Amino acid sequence: MKFINIFLIVAIILNFNFLKADEIKTENKIAKNLRCLICQGQSVYDSDSEFAISLKLVIKNKIQEGLSEDQIYNFLKMKYGEWILYDPVFNRNTYFLWLLPILIFLAGGAIIIKRFYNKK
Amino acid sequence: MKSKFVPLILIFIFSITFVIFFKGLKNSNIYTPNTNLKKEVPSFELKSFENNSIIISEKIFTDNKYYLMNIWASWCVPCKEEHKFLMKLKKDERIELIGFNYKDNFTNASSFLKDLGNPYNIIVSDKDGTASIEWGAYGVPESFLVYQNKIIKRFIGPINNEDLLEIQKIIDEIY
Repeated sequence: MKFINIFLIVAIILNFNFLKADEIKTENKIAKNLRCLICQGQSVYDSDSEFAISLKLVIKNKIQEGLSEDQIYNFLKMKYGEWILYDPVFNRNTYFLWLLPILIFLAGGAIIIKRFYNKK
Repeated sequence: MKSKFVPLILIFIFSITFVIFFKGLKNSNIYTPNTNLKKEVPSFELKSFENNSIIISEKIFTDNKYYLMNIWASWCVPCKEEHKFLMKLKKDERIELIGFNYKDNFTNASSFLKDLGNPYNIIVSDKDGTASIEWGAYGVPESFLVYQNKIIKRFIGPINNEDLLEIQKIIDEIY
């Protein structure tokens, strides 16, 4: 009986550890995707400025409150604007940015295929 | 036919690229945050600076009055600069000043207020800076002009004489 009790306690503690590890993982992931607005070329994750420290704490609290990753991004976007996200959102201003590489890729592919068939 | 067509297309692509980049060069790439917000005041529940009683935002921003929410800290040098302007603003009865003591310790903050004067009607302490993030603040000093539970304007950095005049002008428009 005693053995089972100890086993259960250990299992529960280990489980908590896993949960915590997961939380830290998402916390870091989110912080890496955010631009530190008062630093130069640093993410919130990399920065040790007061702003970044507080922001990391906010992310941690929001995760504990049960907010999903997207909800946290939306929350910060509402507070600080799109600029805080490293990943530019797909909208009217960024059509060119997102589509140009694909267009270039397709044009390159077309040229290669055309050459290949011409040689044949 | 083909040999004429290819250089024409090349020139066309080149000129379009040139125009885009040339226009892009003239765009300012300095990020300036939006200062005219018209956003609702975020609700908060913070400890009072003087005693440990809890102050909630709904109780602060109640009247049909202007409020200047000012984030400050005793360790912040520009806060000293702006302090004299806040003291001037204190004399105006149409506006109330709310202090957000940012990541500070009580002894230093109190001696800061003792030396330079206390312009604030209410001071709350934001020990870990998370409440300031809810306001969308960047750091210290920063101020938000609030009217009818809405943030009308924000001032990033220390308040100077120009900002003071602007605040007074905004208040004059209503009264």
